[in-house]
Amino acid sequence: MNPFIDIRNDFPILKQQVYGKPLVYLDNAATTQKPTTVIDALCNYYRQDNANVHRGVHALSERATVNYERTRDDLVGLIHANNRREIVFVRGATEAINLVAQSWGNANVAAGDEIIISAMEHHSNIVPWQWLCERTGATLKIAPMNARGELLMDQFDAMLHARTRLVAVVHQSNALGTINPVAEIIQKSHAVGAKVLLDGAQALAHMAVDVQALDVDFYVTSAHKMYGPTGVGMLYAKEALLEAMPPYQGGGDMIRTVSFERSEYNDLPYKFEAGTPNIAGVIGFGAALRYLQSLGMDAIAKHEQSLLAYATDKAESTGYIRLIGTAKNKASVLSFAVNGVHPHDLGTILDRDGVAIRAGHHCAMPVMKFFGVPATARASFAVYNTKDDVDTLFVAIEQAYAMFS
Amino acid sequence: MFDLRSLYQEVIVDHSKSPRHFGKLDPCTHQADGHNPLCGDQLHVYLHIKNGCIDDLSFEGDGCAISVASASIMSETLKGKTLGEFEALFDRFQQMVTAPVDQPVADDGMGKLTVLAGVREFPSRVKCAILCWHTLKSAMHADSGVAKTE
Ligand SMILES: Cc1ncc(COP(=O)(O)O)c(C=O)c1O
Repeated sequence: MNPFIDIRNDFPILKQQVYGKPLVYLDNAATTQKPTTVIDALCNYYRQDNANVHRGVHALSERATVNYERTRDDLVGLIHANNRREIVFVRGATEAINLVAQSWGNANVAAGDEIIISAMEHHSNIVPWQWLCERTGATLKIAPMNARGELLMDQFDAMLHARTRLVAVVHQSNALGTINPVAEIIQKSHAVGAKVLLDGAQALAHMAVDVQALDVDFYVTSAHKMYGPTGVGMLYAKEALLEAMPPYQGGGDMIRTVSFERSEYNDLPYKFEAGTPNIAGVIGFGAALRYLQSLGMDAIAKHEQSLLAYATDKAESTGYIRLIGTAKNKASVLSFAVNGVHPHDLGTILDRDGVAIRAGHHCAMPVMKFFGVPATARASFAVYNTKDDVDTLFVAIEQAYAMFS
Repeated sequence: MFDLRSLYQEVIVDHSKSPRHFGKLDPCTHQADGHNPLCGDQLHVYLHIKNGCIDDLSFEGDGCAISVASASIMSETLKGKTLGEFEALFDRFQQMVTAPVDQPVADDGMGKLTVLAGVREFPSRVKCAILCWHTLKSAMHADSGVAKTE
């Protein structure tokens, strides 16, 4: 049986009509919709448990703390971390990368060192490294890709050497859908002594990830792309790395004792969680993780792969759609251009049919430049999408195409 | 589809597919770049101003149908107009594309520009329609910078 048949009932937002048409939500790479369990977790926290964490002696604070910390254990389970000290809550993937660039980067990168990123990075995995290089005098190297949107591994190999301090690459590209050969990247990077950061903002909602099997050093994600709330995310890092890293921000919760002469830092992971965190967000994140686990990551991947294959076939059979990103190993993202129709116009026209897609540069302007387009249209899939959604998408695209031809 | 047709009228589709005044203007007295980062529209406008009049103008670039059609129709409309007339039309154009949907379009003296009134119903597209006007204005004022819609 298809475990996803009734799944749309879990997402109240999907029941609405947009301009009189049933909503077909295909902008999941930007953010996914939230199941009732996540919405309830947020509401229940504010209705019943609202209190600050880690500091109250009263019942509410204890409940809030237990629910907040439970999410850390859920994350340990989902990504197979070694222990809960390796999971730091942050605002999202962007903040996690900035944290690593500031804290680990300032302490470990010096003039003459090199950092490698790939040609398909989201701006959030470009800018913090550019800044780090400007601060330290290190050099940023860009591992190139081919016309299908796959990393050129022989060129990557040639870039690696003893001065490579860090390799920061996207696990699954938001603009192209490419899944990078991360196990190989990690193994080769470690062979020259470099650390590896994986940007898992897109990956974690779509595939099973085991950070210990991968032996990855840093792994980052955002809850809102995995059915959780906005404004919360995760930094995973190996305990020994976090232990050696200086704190990122100073404030409450991250210290053990403070005097005006000096302060002693708290244990992991609290050393990196200064200030009152996004408590409701973290609790909602936990509900999202349990939702994902209840469906099963392998079943999710299988369902979305079948949608992607179906949509790819449809796109190819039109004769007027150019796919941008055709990697052999890809997931959940269909980036494309329709002959004669600018992506922005396509987005507007589809919207009036109730079909929500993204049109733009997807915060990956270097990717757009590589493919010689100002923007692409992007349909991206989630667990609740169906073949009917894909059919509606292509009927709407056909109408847009007809309008301009 | 009725409201979509108010945006993508035939005139607009036609101007977007075969824009008028498209290409480089040589010689020109003023030029400027315009950029809409949201959808990647890139325009470059050229102006030849003589005796306080827009003697000629043209544009180049890459953009969505609304931004290209708007630049094309703007160029047709403004050729031969005085700088004062440009200012007045810019004001009225801005008012037209941001007016509430239920307000009638004041079309006297606006000519073909009124075909762009439909963008009122599509707030995310107003910037596309207005980019060329901002770009032209920054060319006139010889701002060295790039006109932006943000
Ligand atoms: C691949 C990738 N990395 C990083 C990010 C940044 O995530 P956030 O904006 O939630 O911090 C995104 C979001 O679009 C993304 O797709």
